[in-house]
Amino acid sequence: MPYINSIMFLPELILTIGTLFILTVSTFLKNISFKFSFNASILLLVFSLYSVTFDIDTNLFNYDNFFDNGAFIDFIKILILFGTLVFFLFSEEYFYDLNLDKFEIPILILFSVLGMMIMISCNNLISMYLGIELQSLSLYILASINKKSIKSTEAGLKYFILGALSSGILLYGCSLIYGFTGALNFQEIELKLSVLPQLDLGLIFGLVFIIVSLAFKVSAVPFHMWTPDVYEGSPTPITAFFAIVTKIVAVGLLIRFLILPFGQFVDDWSQIIIFLSISSMILGALAAMTQNNINRLLAYSSIGHIGYMLIGLATGAETGIRGIIIYLCIYLFMNAAVFTILLSIKINGKYIENIKSFAGLSKKYPIISFIISIMMFSMAGIPPFAGFFSKFYIFISALESKLVFLAIIGVLSSVVAAFYYIRIVKIIYFDDGLDNFEVILNFRRKLIIFISTIFIAFFIIAPSYIIDTAQELSKTIF
Amino acid sequence: MFIFSVIFYFFAFIIVASSIMVISSRDPIHSVLYLILSFVTSAILFVTLGAEFLAMILIVVYVGAVAVLFLFVVMMLDINFVKIKEGFLSYLPIALLISACLVTELIIIFISKNKLLPEIVNYSDLPDFSSKSNTKDIGNVLYTDYFYLFQISGLILLVAMIGSIVLTLRTRPGVKKQNIAEQVFVSTKSRIIKKKVPLRKGIK
Repeated sequence: MPYINSIMFLPELILTIGTLFILTVSTFLKNISFKFSFNASILLLVFSLYSVTFDIDTNLFNYDNFFDNGAFIDFIKILILFGTLVFFLFSEEYFYDLNLDKFEIPILILFSVLGMMIMISCNNLISMYLGIELQSLSLYILASINKKSIKSTEAGLKYFILGALSSGILLYGCSLIYGFTGALNFQEIELKLSVLPQLDLGLIFGLVFIIVSLAFKVSAVPFHMWTPDVYEGSPTPITAFFAIVTKIVAVGLLIRFLILPFGQFVDDWSQIIIFLSISSMILGALAAMTQNNINRLLAYSSIGHIGYMLIGLATGAETGIRGIIIYLCIYLFMNAAVFTILLSIKINGKYIENIKSFAGLSKKYPIISFIISIMMFSMAGIPPFAGFFSKFYIFISALESKLVFLAIIGVLSSVVAAFYYIRIVKIIYFDDGLDNFEVILNFRRKLIIFISTIFIAFFIIAPSYIIDTAQELSKTIF
Repeated sequence: MFIFSVIFYFFAFIIVASSIMVISSRDPIHSVLYLILSFVTSAILFVTLGAEFLAMILIVVYVGAVAVLFLFVVMMLDINFVKIKEGFLSYLPIALLISACLVTELIIIFISKNKLLPEIVNYSDLPDFSSKSNTKDIGNVLYTDYFYLFQISGLILLVAMIGSIVLTLRTRPGVKKQNIAEQVFVSTKSRIIKKKVPLRKGIK
């Protein structure tokens, strides 16, 4: 039995021991500590990615039910580890350029990945809270890692204070749920709730508090205030990590928490999710128009994407979850490519911040410009590219669940959002600009851009593999 | 049982009052002292519940370490607290409005307990501590059933430690540091150099 217990969280175990090993060794290395911890982290991530795949696929619960396991959880873990691997592959040069080559950065990233894996596999309110804390504590530090920049410090402080507030709200919600059900375990809560014809007022209150706190983590609209500032202030690779990986895990946790213990009370929570979704889509589309800073623009764009994903959750049905899983995959690839390109372009030795500085890129670097336009068209949801399918399956699920108005608002706001995505393409191709671009692409970056572009551009040829997988995964949650 | 509720309400009142004083008193040192008062009173409430281990831990950790650290920070740093508190009055109305909403909602929850719904929780009185001490109880579950959570908490503390070092450690140029290993390994050969001095030229 102990053997089974430990093999069930093999990825976490490998990650913990490996991270502690890297931490210990790199403390003693002087000049090459960053290089060592960076490359060792890549190796470690590959190892744990491999160990996720041979995880025993059962629904045994471990360590007094603090921990769960299953196909959906494994899938989200694979997405997390893959996203982090992408982060490691494109970011190394940036840290050297800004003199940020501290060996603690990869270690903090690994710890936050560990926290995410605990978060997504949690089966208990306490382990959920501890996973969220481990993940976000590392992220607060990473946001303010650039001590020389005031904006980075501001970003870290803002993220920390608001994050602490959301943790407080989460704990309050947990205490209300514990007080009204007498259980902390997801299965036990579900069992206790199954005798209730409707939710008690106190339970609804606790549920709302927890949703609010998780909405803060996914940055859905009334709780999105921190996102643009943190995305702008943090070093760009860290922003990419926020945008790609943390969003995925928070959405996954939101799905698990709402479907598992509160699955039979869809009507109670779906109205909150509908509100969050509508406001995120509209604000994500409108507020991004006036932004000139590329990081802020991507922040609002990610808020918009979260709005679309929440449509799928609001349906509370299998098709909706299938839509979210497809969306998450495509979202990962789109953002990976966009951030990799963003980190490779320099003007006069400086990284790009203002989107107007893209002007004239197409004359010197036609291929890169073409790939950027593919990604922008895909993000806007224009048909031949993958981004269209992600939205398509979400809207189908909304129509099947009779949430027609959500689908209509979604289509309208994606039309509005197309404006600012296509504006970037217009700046690249039609505006006159300086000619002093410098695109630095090493093999790692080329690999990421190549794979993502193939995935996004040719998704239409063989979509069935991803869609079938998503279909099967969505069945396992219910 | 009457005396128990009198004790509870008395100390609960002190906790609430001192918490209000923490955020409203002008002198930051007074704030910290009120904070200590509220910690101690919470510890007393734990004692009345029979959880003496938690009470002692609260005093040792929060009063002994955290609050004293606060006092140090307040006394060592020259922070203009009056300036920080500026604008407090302008935010006050909206803050009061929001907290009033929250409080009324909470009161509504506890008043309108739906009698039609079946009771799913056994609200019992105190747990039975007569057979063994609760220190032993906590120890029994903390390292067995709650092992997983215990380890995660340890990792969180490790991250906090790494973070505080990363964010505050600076290597200043020009600071002389004692390197003990170097001092120990000093030999006469590395310190004394024999040189032949040429006549009437000396050495530089």
